[in-house]
Amino acid sequence: MKKYEQKSAPICEALERFRRRRVVPFDVPGHKRGRGNPELVDLLGKQCVGLDVNSMKPLDNLGHPVSVIKEAEELTADAFGAAHAFLMVNGTTSSVQTMILSVCKAGDKILIPRNVHKSVINAMVLCGAVPVYVEVKVNPEIGIALGVEVEEVRKAMDANPDAKAILINNPTYYGICSNLKEIVKIAHEHGMKVLADEAHGTHLYFNDNLPISGMAAGADMAAVSMHKSGGSLTQSSILLCGENMDAEYVRQIINLTQTTSASYLLLSSLDLSRRNLALRGEESFEKVARMAEYARSEINEIGGFYAYGKELIDGDSVYDFDVTKLSIYTQGIGLTGIEVYDLLRDEYDIQIEFGDIGNILAYISIGDRIQDIERLVGALEDIKRLYEKDSSDLYCGEFIQPENVMTPQQAFYADKVQLPLHETDGKICAELVMCYPPGIPILTPGERITKEIIEYIDFAKEKGCSLQGTKDPDVELISVIKEK
Amino acid sequence: MDFWFSQMETEHVKTSIRVNKQLYSGQSEYQRIDVFETQELGKMIVLDGEIIFSEADEFIYNEMVVHVPMAVHPCVKQVLIIGGGDGGVARVLTQYPEIEHIDVVEQDEKFVEISKEFFPETAKGFDDERVTVTNMDGLRFLRRCRDKYDLIINDTTDPFGYAEGLFTREFYGSCFRALKEDGIMVYQHGSPFYDEDEEAFRAMHRKAYKSFPINRVYQANIPTCPSGYWMFGFASKKYHPLKDLDTKRWKARDLQTWYYTTNLHKGAFMLPRYVEDLLVEEEKAAKKESKENIE
Repeated sequence: MKKYEQKSAPICEALERFRRRRVVPFDVPGHKRGRGNPELVDLLGKQCVGLDVNSMKPLDNLGHPVSVIKEAEELTADAFGAAHAFLMVNGTTSSVQTMILSVCKAGDKILIPRNVHKSVINAMVLCGAVPVYVEVKVNPEIGIALGVEVEEVRKAMDANPDAKAILINNPTYYGICSNLKEIVKIAHEHGMKVLADEAHGTHLYFNDNLPISGMAAGADMAAVSMHKSGGSLTQSSILLCGENMDAEYVRQIINLTQTTSASYLLLSSLDLSRRNLALRGEESFEKVARMAEYARSEINEIGGFYAYGKELIDGDSVYDFDVTKLSIYTQGIGLTGIEVYDLLRDEYDIQIEFGDIGNILAYISIGDRIQDIERLVGALEDIKRLYEKDSSDLYCGEFIQPENVMTPQQAFYADKVQLPLHETDGKICAELVMCYPPGIPILTPGERITKEIIEYIDFAKEKGCSLQGTKDPDVELISVIKEK
Repeated sequence: MDFWFSQMETEHVKTSIRVNKQLYSGQSEYQRIDVFETQELGKMIVLDGEIIFSEADEFIYNEMVVHVPMAVHPCVKQVLIIGGGDGGVARVLTQYPEIEHIDVVEQDEKFVEISKEFFPETAKGFDDERVTVTNMDGLRFLRRCRDKYDLIINDTTDPFGYAEGLFTREFYGSCFRALKEDGIMVYQHGSPFYDEDEEAFRAMHRKAYKSFPINRVYQANIPTCPSGYWMFGFASKKYHPLKDLDTKRWKARDLQTWYYTTNLHKGAFMLPRYVEDLLVEEEKAAKKESKENIE
């Protein structure tokens, strides 16, 4: 990384130059630096609204960067060790979507673990790719899906030599990493591309004590949620490419769905966050890891809760663990993760990232302070004191791998009917069903519904998970393929 | 010279105090610390722009958080002060011979050091051999305590500063557990006068109300506090602040005070209507909520 060049922030500097020129705006946006919408200025502040400007020559254009955005993208690529980087303004969803659309056409196979984010499945609905699932093991004690094992990858590739690519979570939401370097090696031997979903892995690029990053492992593309651990504004993201990708083709794919009015608030936040990470990321994430480790040891001392860490590493299905993730198994005190998640917010004014059936995840980042960690630990201890109960009636197991009958696109566009959940046993699902967060689908279009899955959905609903994805907003009815 | 310190009470109201000279300014790991010598209020210590106390009015605060619970609880032996880095509260407590031990848990070591240097009179509390000072986060210290204290005094001031963890439900829960079965907790309740502070005031009562069977709020006039009006919470497992007030016993001690009297004790719990209304509203909401939870 070129440390000296990393000190500049070309988009932000261009915005500042532009502000000083006091250009009269006869272009969009129509609020004209906020003058047309004083309430918005009150809410967001003059400086913020003033930065909400249009693409133009001095500020470049995200759809076809030639000057400051191009420089910012080059600096980003340098900081992340990539051959090319794209600044993204429609979330990491758009980065994931671009990865899949860049390597798959309709009918092409792609290898994925089942515990992917919904954006992966939705990209396949768009392009008609065919998912081939690589089996993932579940940790029976805490009920979470683990990484993919190298042997499973090899088996899947041998069985599907025509597959175009494999997608790997690096890490999973819970912090689990697969042996990405070895998977890259096998995939490239089979002529397949490797896509890394690094929605939870920005920090891996900036600290040597953390698991290996996608680009360092040789992945061909990586979708990086800068707005999560990287500190940029919500909805901003980065897409990275290795040297074997055709960057201009990837740009065309991005432009299929990307807005032509990219927000400079998002772009400038990416620019500044990249600079910040390049200059200070190493020490920042050292601190984050220390805070998370401290929290883990304090939480495990309470008893009942299990904040898991590197002890899960087994060299294969848990090849590595991202210690900045504070994932906590809660069923030891007789409460589901979602119940603890709700208690923390409603009773203790603490908002955590998510709670699911068995776990909660507290997101620790460069913005955290040790006194907030003390609050979280104190609250968990108080919850145990006041709400602990018998855990025998809890549903264990976070993850079911259903049978895949049709491609997501075929199922999504097929003739379908909406049936009450309890009448769908044996039917083929035509839509996504998931708890959000974490947004890992329980059912995807094209999968066969089973009794076990129906029970799981019932349990998740009863415990207060927010279910989403179905056409029916109350998730009482499920769209299934019409039987002839 | 026209040199003034201003404390912003809200975005639109400030109190200004003429300063003779600034005696200290520095940054600790947690906060900015300033010490001023003023014409009217004597020396004054300021954390992150908020006045913590002045020589002129610190007696009000210190007496009110100590004598009120001490006149109610029949036998206090073990005391915990959370915050209290200036030593003022500890100093008043050491007047009671039956107290065996006082733990002062102040996270900011620098604050203790500065207090000792510029306010040796106040910091005298630390010289008593019954007092132990620990530099640790209050929540962390409390996590390891069970049935230990007769009295806990929360002497941290700013619910939005680095000590905000000490104004939370987990804090009250931890205090409950750290107290003996007849223990009392006294805490800062802020001032409900300005709109901006009202929600914090309400939330504090809501949280304490859920954690302790007896909860009363009492008041004092403290000139350097926002709106000059400050409230304290009295949360207790067994003793009621008025029904269990032992006037005779306290008077027999013959302690010298400048603010507290047992008469004032009773009056301090008689609140203005608007304050009482806020508290009753929160109690009703909490009752309704717990009823719903049972159903």
